[in-house]
Amino acid sequence: MTIELSNRARYPAGALAFPHRGLLGIAQLQTHEILFLLDEAEQWVALNRRPAKHSDALAGLTIINAFFENSTRTLLSFEIAGKRLGADVVNMHAAQSSVKKGETLIDTAMTLNAMRADAIVIRHGSSGAVQLIADRVDCPVLNAGDGQHEHPTQALLDALTLRHALREAGRASSDGMMNGLVVTICGDIRHSRVARSNILCLQALGAVVRVCAPPALMPAEITQMGVEMFHQFDAALEGAEVVMMLRLQNERMDGQFIPSPREYRHLYGLTPERLARAAPGALVMHPGPMNRGVEIDSNVADLAGRSLITAQVEMGVAIRMACLEVLTRRARQMEGWA
Amino acid sequence: MKARSLIITGGRLVLPDGVRPGALRCVDGFIGGVGDVAPEDGDEVVDARGALIAPGLVDYGTFAIDKPAFHFGGITRAALMPDQNPPLDHPARVRFAAQSGKPDFWVHPLAAASVGLAGEQLAELALMREAGARGVATGRRWIADSGAMLRLLQYAAMLDMVVVTHAEDGGLAGNAVATAGDIATRLGLPSAPAEAEALAVARDIALAELAGARLHFRQVTTRAALDLVRGAKARGLPVTAGVTPAHFMLSDLATKDFRTFARLSPPLRSEADRQAVIAAIGDGTIDVIASGHDPRGPEDKRLPFADAAPGMAGAETLLPCVMTLVRDGVIGLERAFDLLARKPAQLLGVGAGELRIGAEADVALIDPDKPWIVDSNRMAAAAGNTPFDRQPVQGRVLMLWKGGVKVDG
Repeated sequence: MTIELSNRARYPAGALAFPHRGLLGIAQLQTHEILFLLDEAEQWVALNRRPAKHSDALAGLTIINAFFENSTRTLLSFEIAGKRLGADVVNMHAAQSSVKKGETLIDTAMTLNAMRADAIVIRHGSSGAVQLIADRVDCPVLNAGDGQHEHPTQALLDALTLRHALREAGRASSDGMMNGLVVTICGDIRHSRVARSNILCLQALGAVVRVCAPPALMPAEITQMGVEMFHQFDAALEGAEVVMMLRLQNERMDGQFIPSPREYRHLYGLTPERLARAAPGALVMHPGPMNRGVEIDSNVADLAGRSLITAQVEMGVAIRMACLEVLTRRARQMEGWA
Repeated sequence: MKARSLIITGGRLVLPDGVRPGALRCVDGFIGGVGDVAPEDGDEVVDARGALIAPGLVDYGTFAIDKPAFHFGGITRAALMPDQNPPLDHPARVRFAAQSGKPDFWVHPLAAASVGLAGEQLAELALMREAGARGVATGRRWIADSGAMLRLLQYAAMLDMVVVTHAEDGGLAGNAVATAGDIATRLGLPSAPAEAEALAVARDIALAELAGARLHFRQVTTRAALDLVRGAKARGLPVTAGVTPAHFMLSDLATKDFRTFARLSPPLRSEADRQAVIAAIGDGTIDVIASGHDPRGPEDKRLPFADAAPGMAGAETLLPCVMTLVRDGVIGLERAFDLLARKPAQLLGVGAGELRIGAEADVALIDPDKPWIVDSNRMAAAAGNTPFDRQPVQGRVLMLWKGGVKVDG
């Protein structure tokens, strides 16, 4: 099936536009499905900028945010997204749950399922854990980050943020693509699910993706994913139009990967001087939480007009609203989706 | 039970030097005649109808005693890994394990090399040998301390016990559950470079040479490590190597849906390494193919990939997997049973594993072409954790005798 991407009206009808039960990863998505979600999110960006930020689209539905790993911003973002759509949102923290009492992940999933949730949002520290749950529940499952595997809503919100920034700079393409845009992702690529999802998403949208990290923080065979690999940050920055910084995931490290934060900053910290080596007007992104003074300097993170970090947070709510709304269309028996 | 004299006629005998039509006569639990033998008065006569008359398989390195699965797979003896709960690091446990399968299945325990398999303090190897241990094993883990490994090898050499080692450098392997590569990177699984195996093999060969010890690598799964084993053999060192079917049937592609039945130790390798394993089976670098039988229920397997226990239920699929190699022309039938029975029996030092007069009458009647479909829900094993689920295979055991007595199943 060939899809004309320049025309929104020509997405396939009904559920054919997004034929997935859940959102487990970017790897499962086609380019037109990514564009569909981004386009759907625009209405929620607009709603979120109004004083009365409320829709009743998901009224009566129950959404469970099951977070087996600590999170502040992603959990909050999903909670706000669900509430703005009028759903009843319940948060389950692993620290307070029976997971600590030895209950297996599958049993927890069955329990959530028996409570007749209409969507379950899951974060888990183990790669593949979200798929494991999704295979055993009846409702849509959204991956809010599984181990070092994927974090699809982060990649989608980053793409939406970039689209808005390019639009403001008058560089947006009418078909929603980012063909040829040079994006450098720098940091702990090895332990980052954000990097994996972003590589897949940005490439699907036509961007040229570079990754930069010391060898110990670079996963094996990363070039098989079609990225350019760098160990020298300055070289990776040359001509980069977007610089996406990742934090060091100390909690996932098994052994010592870098000598010290000070040395890491020396080699990979995004300072104003370093940013000057990128393309003129290059945009700066960071999925958060930031370690200011380590991978990113405050005067770069807060650089007006260049730093998209707060815009990323804003777009996060909209993209999660879009995902929740699209994935519950079947349950809400929307025409063409039921 | 005293075995009645038995004659199996009209079959194809799998002998060390080839496959020949003929009959096999068993008397008092031992093989009494091979080839051109005729029934005598009182013999129970079994017509093989052209099936293979083969030695019962000797499975070198299993993690559980799971008789229904072993019997299904034509396995009459197994070398039991010391990784039991508690570990086989005490003579009494070894003695109990050695008796646990009789009469219709013989367990040959491998003694734990170190107390608690912790890789530190040497276990009572001589006492465990007295109790029936047929070798020493480091268990699922490599002994990281080279000094401790050398002392173990020297001590085992003095006792003339084979040391069975797990070849994965601990420092590189860390908490890895996959081989570093494209698949592990995409899935975001903790991974270790395949070279972790070659490093461990190189060190253990050097130490075994120093100690004059017999060394067996239970699984060698990478090209670099196989080259090291090949080199050691060329130098005449008493080094042997085994592998399980997963590593010549599957590559890391089998893990791509986070399927925990494909979570193994060592982890599945690249396609290039899989091909290297097949070549090594063909050229004789690999001496033994074993099941690594390790039935694991949902409580161990229905977990996220990295949290699941490694291991597969392999006893039932061991024979059909090796028959694949025969059909593909990698090895001949007689060599298949060298790998499955004769060589492992020699490693154990037991009078079985081949059809010769005087050997124990452990005999399997096999249809090497009979097709069937592996079904994880309907296995003889204690659990159905097979990575070959729903795969069509060929090769099935029709009848099995242990010590001349027919095994019901």
